[in-house]
Amino acid sequence: MIEWLTEPWTHVFMQRAFAVAVISAVVCVVVGSFVVLRGMAFIGDAVAHAVFPGVAIGFVLHINMSLSGAAAGIATALAIVLISQTRRLKEDTVIGIFWAASFGLGIVIVSTQAAYTGDLTSFLFGQILALDDGDVITVALIGAALVTAIALLRRQLTAVSLDREAARAAGLPVLALDIALYVMVTVAIVISLQAVGNVLVLALLITPAATARMLTDRLGAMTLLGAAIAAAGAIAGLYLSFHYNLAAGGLIVLVLTAVFLIAWLLAPRHGVLRRVKRRTTAASNRTSNAPG
Amino acid sequence: MRTDDDRAGLNIEGLTVALGAHHVLESVDLAVEPGETVGLIGPNGAGKTTLLRAVLGLIRSESGTVRVGGDRPEAARSRIGYVPQKHEFAWDFPITIAGAVLNARTGTRWFGRVGRDDRDATETAIERVGLTELRRRPVGELSGGQRQRVLVARALARRPSLMLLDEPFTGVDVPTQELLTELLTGLAAEGTAILMTTHDLAQARATCTRICLLNKTVVADGPPGELADPDLWLRAFGVAASGELRTLLGAGEETP
Repeated sequence: MIEWLTEPWTHVFMQRAFAVAVISAVVCVVVGSFVVLRGMAFIGDAVAHAVFPGVAIGFVLHINMSLSGAAAGIATALAIVLISQTRRLKEDTVIGIFWAASFGLGIVIVSTQAAYTGDLTSFLFGQILALDDGDVITVALIGAALVTAIALLRRQLTAVSLDREAARAAGLPVLALDIALYVMVTVAIVISLQAVGNVLVLALLITPAATARMLTDRLGAMTLLGAAIAAAGAIAGLYLSFHYNLAAGGLIVLVLTAVFLIAWLLAPRHGVLRRVKRRTTAASNRTSNAPG
Repeated sequence: MRTDDDRAGLNIEGLTVALGAHHVLESVDLAVEPGETVGLIGPNGAGKTTLLRAVLGLIRSESGTVRVGGDRPEAARSRIGYVPQKHEFAWDFPITIAGAVLNARTGTRWFGRVGRDDRDATETAIERVGLTELRRRPVGELSGGQRQRVLVARALARRPSLMLLDEPFTGVDVPTQELLTELLTGLAAEGTAILMTTHDLAQARATCTRICLLNKTVVADGPPGELADPDLWLRAFGVAASGELRTLLGAGEETP
């Protein structure tokens, strides 16, 4: 048993994987809490898919694929924010348009190449077991910057989430704060691509934060709890991947989803079982109070 | 003739606002002095909420001026307390009453830590709306009346000299209505200028020192008892004042 636990840590590639997976998971929760509370999960999805053509362009032009991916993601996020300002179209409609368009663009760009190579597929499905020290340092630095930015803007982001009109009336630059949040979402997604890949990154952004929301009614507690769940899920997924030789990114996402389902069923105040129990208690109270 | 008080309270002169091709407000003149409580009454689409939004500096006017304590709305933001309708607020956000009220003060400025002054203002505001016992409760678990009190406390925490309330009496229980009436009377006595939209004529009569009938422009403006002329109601609402309505306004028994 002890050996089962310690063996992965004897490999340098696994140490790097643990570091990047845990940092990505925690950063995604800190940003993702606001995404979940604002009901913006679709934005994350759109940005994650928009990163794909950026990565493809980087691949074709032989430039840094993380940078070109981030640029494409941020451009899409800005387009969504600005176009949904018109209020004639609902935000999810605008997102749906860009979501499909950017993936289409990515496919067209990739089809100009004679063959896929490992570089490109690793961006789609993650490459957590093939990182170097530079990757770890980059993810750590950018992650720290994102967490700091969220901590500094926490009060303002909360004010906008609570009451957009009142925040605007009080003089907050609501549009700029929206853009800042979307850019932070994009950067969190880009640094997490190595851990779980383009297709699954949404799970890191949404699932642990949503799980924590089931368990608490405070923003601070939600963020801390979500970070703990995400870190634990990332570590558990990597252990399973190491010992059973299965895809790491997929396992991380499956572990996080399992934790979510357990919270959904068993949460102390908002869980399904609790609600069913409350309803049956109420029903039996009614029956026992009914005049015989 | 107003003299020194020209700079205090709210002064709207000749305000015209267009949304798209339509004029929603046309040369509206309205003043609310410190200590006054003015009820804004009019049919749906009369421009009541638009008027509040113009005072908040949220929409551009075509012509006319809005002055809060002598300043443009953008320069007077810290002095305005805004109580929106209940559905404007994200009640599913994980935050307590105390947190939501504190954030109304601290979430709208960039610098400075949360200090003793912020906490004092928050506690006083929560106490004035009678929610001190529930201050640690998540906002998602509150009743309609309690939610309205939270929104009022959020405005009070900013220690405003002008309070704007959008339909404060809609969908709240009787104890909250009574508390709000008493609270607004108290605030007015302390020199706060209060402007609120309402559909509830009985409440307006009980709470307001003046009633302003609005339908694109100000149709009538005076103490509740003086607005008995059926013609005014015909112009404001497009219907003749019913007997019930005139009784509410204290218009006596005579038939039109």
